[in-house]
Amino acid sequence: MKTMQVNVVTPDGSVYEAEANLVSVKAHEGELGVLPGHIPLVTPLRIGPVRIKKDSKVDLVAVNGGFMEVRRDEVNILAESAELPTDIDVARARAAKERAQRRLDEAKKDNIDFRRAELALKRAINRLEVSGG
Amino acid sequence: MASLRDIQSKISSTKKTKQITKAMQMVSAAKLNKAQNKAQAFFPYTQKIRDVVSSIAEGSMVSHPMLESREEVKKTAYLVITSDRGLCGAYNSGLLRHTMNTIKERHSSQDEYGIIVIGKVGRDFFKKRGMPIYQEIVGLSDQPAYADIKNIAATTVEMFADEVFDEIYVHYNHFISAISQEVTETKLLPLTDFDESAEGENSGGGDSPSYEYEPDEETILKQLLPHYAESLVYGALLDGKASEFGARMTAMSAATDNASDMIDQLNLKFNRARQAAITQEINEIVGGASALD
Repeated sequence: MKTMQVNVVTPDGSVYEAEANLVSVKAHEGELGVLPGHIPLVTPLRIGPVRIKKDSKVDLVAVNGGFMEVRRDEVNILAESAELPTDIDVARARAAKERAQRRLDEAKKDNIDFRRAELALKRAINRLEVSGG
Repeated sequence: MASLRDIQSKISSTKKTKQITKAMQMVSAAKLNKAQNKAQAFFPYTQKIRDVVSSIAEGSMVSHPMLESREEVKKTAYLVITSDRGLCGAYNSGLLRHTMNTIKERHSSQDEYGIIVIGKVGRDFFKKRGMPIYQEIVGLSDQPAYADIKNIAATTVEMFADEVFDEIYVHYNHFISAISQEVTETKLLPLTDFDESAEGENSGGGDSPSYEYEPDEETILKQLLPHYAESLVYGALLDGKASEFGARMTAMSAATDNASDMIDQLNLKFNRARQAAITQEINEIVGGASALD
């Protein structure tokens, strides 16, 4: 089976590097699956889990926004932060989720705090989803 | 002449100082190592964003306010990266002198510029002189994470977008080697010199494929350029941190050498004084004995 190189890079260093058969991300316009030999593509990503499949093994990475750059045999994901399931602090993510939800209940809709809390909530849910907690 | 005891206490205090400076030198060396690794880990991130942005900028007619210089520059921002602590030689003073000279040269009144400062030394410096500080951040860790400066970087970029500032420069010490740092000014925004520098790096790198853009170039530029500018700030900060430890290491190693010299001299002085005291004592004994004869 054909493979491609997948890299997840953040300002604090590389998080994930491996060969894979399939990468599935939440792109701006919806779910997007990339196979080896895809045409070169650049697209922004939403906060969400990235699924990287190699043979029958699936790796999950929690990616907080950022971009994906696809080349023929290479996929680069650039994000401000990204975590592997083992690096996620589940307790902290849970606390963040609750905090964000509380703020959402209190804040007014078009407030900056509201949007910030919304993003924080998305990140927390993403982390929890990826870590399976 | 100083008494024997005075000299002795001077020697012991200099020895203690030497121990401290030596320890600081070693700590700085270790931190420098870490800072360099961090800068290295960060490099691929900017490099990639740069590749993507340059391929968009080259291949299409799409433009973005951040890529164009404004016709009239009313206000310029200077982002100055200094350290929180001293004892690092000319690291801060050289940088601040350069910034002051630049500002004096380019601007005649305080309305024409604003300062964004990282580090306690710089903040105190500008505050004392009553210069307009728009943002400040102090107490960053030695190995700052991207999240630590995300706020200041994002607000700075926003200030450019909101036309508070028409140009933003970054002043920091560029790391050349452990013993040499260079005060550097780079233009953060607008990204006008982008094409040239990108070409220079691309020619070595080889292929830059023509991408499909999803949803379109404009949306991507809109999201990518602020990220890029923010990451440049972070890059400058990491560079500055590495320089800081390099400068501190050099300063402390010089201090240790000086302390060693001083101890040698004091030892010599001590031995002379001791010898003089012995000679005098013998003289007195001989003098006393001959008086008895």
